[in-house]
Amino acid sequence: MLSFHAKFSSFGSSVPKKILNNFDLEKIVDTTDEWIRTRTGMFERHIASETEAASDFAHQAAVNAIESSNVKYKDIELIIVATISGDHPFPSTACIVQKKLGLKNIPAFDVSAGCTGFVYALDVARQYVENGIAKHVLVIGVDILTKITNWKDRNTCVLFGDGSGAAIVSRAEASDISRIIDTKIDADGSQGDLLIQQAGGSRMPASHASVDGNLHTVYMEGNRIFKNAIKSMYASSEELLRRNNLSVSDIDWVIPHQANMRIIEGLADKMRVPMSKVIVNIEKYGNTSSATIPIATDEAIRNKKIRRGDIILLTSFGAGLTWGSILARY
Amino acid sequence: MDIEAKVKQIVMDKLGVEEAQVVPAANFIEDLRADSLDTVELVMAFEDEFGLTIPDEDQERLRTVGQAIDYLKEKLG
Repeated sequence: MLSFHAKFSSFGSSVPKKILNNFDLEKIVDTTDEWIRTRTGMFERHIASETEAASDFAHQAAVNAIESSNVKYKDIELIIVATISGDHPFPSTACIVQKKLGLKNIPAFDVSAGCTGFVYALDVARQYVENGIAKHVLVIGVDILTKITNWKDRNTCVLFGDGSGAAIVSRAEASDISRIIDTKIDADGSQGDLLIQQAGGSRMPASHASVDGNLHTVYMEGNRIFKNAIKSMYASSEELLRRNNLSVSDIDWVIPHQANMRIIEGLADKMRVPMSKVIVNIEKYGNTSSATIPIATDEAIRNKKIRRGDIILLTSFGAGLTWGSILARY
Repeated sequence: MDIEAKVKQIVMDKLGVEEAQVVPAANFIEDLRADSLDTVELVMAFEDEFGLTIPDEDQERLRTVGQAIDYLKEKLG
């Protein structure tokens, strides 16, 4: 039973200062700027320093989101952090962010859905707001994948960057034009081995052998992921449009997960959306996993591309396998 | 348009090669300079054009223009 509508109050983001570009990578692994550009569309990525961790950027992204809204710190009633590279296996990064924000007596938890994490967390936040349980939910996507990257594997180490993006999901008042129209998340666990961090959990705890074998790093079957990514983001996006009687021409902006320029172009082509309506910042950040969508959305709002009242479609794909889309009027 | 002509057209469009290069023996990667993502994009274009699903394990069988044509003829025949 739907009682209320949810809306985006604001977005915020934060990335590390240190930048690694393709020419820097040429010195680390056997690769070239041309190879990386033609296969991924990436040029630079931000990299966390030795002393920086997920909650540092999650906290700053949250502060930026709160400061650019009318929501007060004390009004936040729930924190959800989407991450697969939190500060520690436990406690959750959401609880660490809660401490850093100085908030008390509210729930905080992490969501694990790989690169789809932020979309999953938004879907959860929407339920809390629509059911009237919370009025303002802080949703954060953060990943520091460069700390679990195999820097000897030239096929994967060039892909990832670090950072965080956040959104405040709030109850929409009757006078608000902004609202989250619909959400759709999905999973197919039978293909989970295509994208996996094998060691570090209870299946394969840390050992000398697991470290020596690079099993604590991202393993990915890129070609199979590529095809799955386009098909599944297309499927959930089309489903959202269909069941809300909207067509592609009604969408002002598509904000896709920034994993690979050719996945983004393949998706746009399949959806028949012109690239002029697709938000892309992959050249500057690489794949920041669950942070790509909120970073790109925040940047597009600050650049005055996305304006209040615009119809936006967020769509993502990641480990699990998981995928999902969010349809909203910003 | 028959399967052969459609396959050739897709290969020309996707890989930006001339019709004369798209001979049955042409290997996508070695002769037509496709990269690994191009080969996935080609398979997806075949799926869209011919309305079928090509499983990942079958993709290995589509290394040349001729193999792609034969595979599609077999599946659609």
